[in-house]
This record gives sequence, C-alpha cells and structure tokens, in this order.
Amino acid sequence: MAIDKPYADIPGTTIFDADMARIGFHINQFALSLMKAENRERFKADERAYLDEWPMSEEQKQAVLDRDYNRMMSLGGNVYFLAKIFSTDGLSFQVAAASMTGMTQEEYAQMMLDGGRSPEGNR
Amino acid sequence: MAKITAGVTTSHVPAIGAAFDNGKTGEEYWKPVFAGYDYSKEWIAEQKPDVVILVYNDHASAFSLDLIPTFALGCGEKYKPADEGWGPRPVPDVIGHPELASHIAQSVIQDDFDLTIVNTMDVDHGLTVPLSLMFGKTDAWPCKVIPLAVNVVLYPPPSGQRCYNLGKSLRKAVESFDDDLNVQIWGTGGMSHQLQGPRAGLINQEFDNNFLDKFVDDAETLAKVPHINYVREAGSEGIELVMWLIMRGALNDKVLQKHRFYHVPASNTAVGHLILENVDN
Repeated sequence: MAIDKPYADIPGTTIFDADMARIGFHINQFALSLMKAENRERFKADERAYLDEWPMSEEQKQAVLDRDYNRMMSLGGNVYFLAKIFSTDGLSFQVAAASMTGMTQEEYAQMMLDGGRSPEGNR
Repeated sequence: MAKITAGVTTSHVPAIGAAFDNGKTGEEYWKPVFAGYDYSKEWIAEQKPDVVILVYNDHASAFSLDLIPTFALGCGEKYKPADEGWGPRPVPDVIGHPELASHIAQSVIQDDFDLTIVNTMDVDHGLTVPLSLMFGKTDAWPCKVIPLAVNVVLYPPPSGQRCYNLGKSLRKAVESFDDDLNVQIWGTGGMSHQLQGPRAGLINQEFDNNFLDKFVDDAETLAKVPHINYVREAGSEGIELVMWLIMRGALNDKVLQKHRFYHVPASNTAVGHLILENVDN
C-alpha cells in the first residue's frame, strides 16, 4: 500500500521525503562535497568537469549549471544540501530563496520586511 | 545530583550568525533581532549553567545522505564548528561533557529511546548560532555542551509527541546523575519559515504566537499536533519546531516564563525565543 502523503498538495512546496532522497542521492552528495575548500576551488575552475565526476543525470547537472534551484529540488535536491552550492557562489539563503519565487531579490527582501508571505491562499 | 533548572528556545538562523561574525549587529536591520537577547545574556550570566543539552538539527553538515540518525547524542569531548560552504564560523570549539552524555545515553536507551551515539562530528550553525546569541562574543564558551541532533531534514522527522516524551526521559536521566550540576536544556530552530520553492518566504505570525502561548501553558496539547499542520501552516522548515518540544518535555508542567521575544524577519525566518525556569513545586 502506498504511503499517505498529505503534504503533496501544499502549493509551491517539495517535501524531501524518502522517495525524493532516493532520486536526489547523487546531486545532494555532490553538493555536500563543496564543504571542502579544495573541492570548491576545483568546481569553480571547471564546473562541468567536476559535475562529470558524479553519477548524476544530465538533467541534474544542467540544473546545477543553470543554478535553477526549483529544478534541482524537483530532481531530488534538498535545500540544505543545495545550500553548499549557493554558499560556494557567495550567495545567502535569502538570495537563493528569492530566485525560487520568481521575485527579484529586492521584491523578496521587501516582502520579508513586510512580514513575509501570507499563509492566506498558500496552504 | 544534577538538575535541569531552566530551558531556552531560540531560532538558529544562519544569517544571524553571519551578521554576528561580520560585525553587523548594530545595523538597522539586525539591531531589533539582537536586542531580543539583551536580557538573555544578563540572565544566563547569573544562572551560570555547568552544562547545556542543546537540541538542534544538523543542516547536511555532519550528516550527509550516508547516515541519517533521527536522534543523535554527542558523547564526545570536543566538536569543531563546521565548514558549511563559506569556511567555519569564527567561534570557539564546543566542549562536551562525555560523562554526563554517556550516562544520559545509557539511561534514555534503557527507557526505550533508541538514540544514536556520536563521538566525532562537526557542529553547524544550528548549534553555534544559539550559543552566540546567548553568550555573545567569547574566546571560550562558558559551559559544557551536549549536542542532541534531531533529523528534521529528511521527512518524516520524529513526531512532536515523541520529542516531548524524549524530553521527559532526558530529565529522568539527568536527575539520576550523581554530580551536582546545573543543567539547562535548549530547544532550537523555527519559527515559521520556508526556504524552498515558489512558496519560500512563508511566515505565519498567528501560528507562531499561538505556538508560543501553548508551549508555555499547554504543551501536552501542542505535542499532539501532527506534522502536516506544521508544514502547511508554518512552512516546510517550520517543522523544526518539534525540537522545541524536547526542551519542554524536560521541564516541569508548570514553568515560570522569564522572557519571550518574537520578531519578523531575520532573512527568511520568524525569530522566536523563550526562557523558562523550573520552579520548585
């Protein structure tokens, strides 16, 4: 019997459950490798070559090259693992999060200052 | 006899750590966040805990997808700040209390909580940001710390009820340790926030404030709230709040609220902070 996933209908949200973790194993382990300074240097020097060292799908590699975080998450990436990528780029969680919403960084920052995204209509 | 005297809850937003480390605490944006901890620094200087059991979650720093323990208790002597992608935070090493930690492990496991024991790991912002908020800048943390890492990254985390019950078991464990120690328990993470997807930036002030109310006075009811309510109402990362219930379970049913602070925003997150003392019945 399939496991009940009551969270599947939450708008704009991917819950990182065991199924996603299975799909995203290699993209997440790749991202984690960027916690080492020498790996960050190698990745920055030649992103494609570094990605080719990992048994990731071509789609996953392209999503990383494009820094398309929503796409990475739909392919099994988890934001805390992917954080090592935007940290390597010198970007904050807020800049990365803004990029996932279709808003500019300024619009997103202002929304947060105004109290954040309302749960109304977003449940 | 060791005794749990008080509990602290606080958010552990990485941007707070970055603001702290880069001397931005006086900036207009950050001033109100840090001001919420002015009282806390005075309070803890008076309390002088010997040991803090610090409940937090690792953010894919010490635990990769190789190994994902639901509850991991740090029994080691020392933990270094993790390099999370921008170099380790410039904060002191965290010194453990292996004797008390091992005692807790032995007691709690025999009480049916199957903890994972960790002797070697680095600790990330989840653990070090709360220490910075409570103790400020320092060359050495003024107390020993027993890390208790909870999985809230891979769904499902443990239930609120399980966390609350673990808190009760931790208390029994601490109180059966012979040395006279002043022990605090901290629950960290939250409050409402979502860091991912088109719904990123979700904040639910009504949920958060209701949580803070119930957390103090009606934790038994709060412990029964299912995961889906956290995720839907408080964001995919708001589920970190189950960790607070470990702290609450370790305190008396009736507690004295010494401090309450709530602020939006710190980066993507609502900041919540409580100080609760156990009053002798």
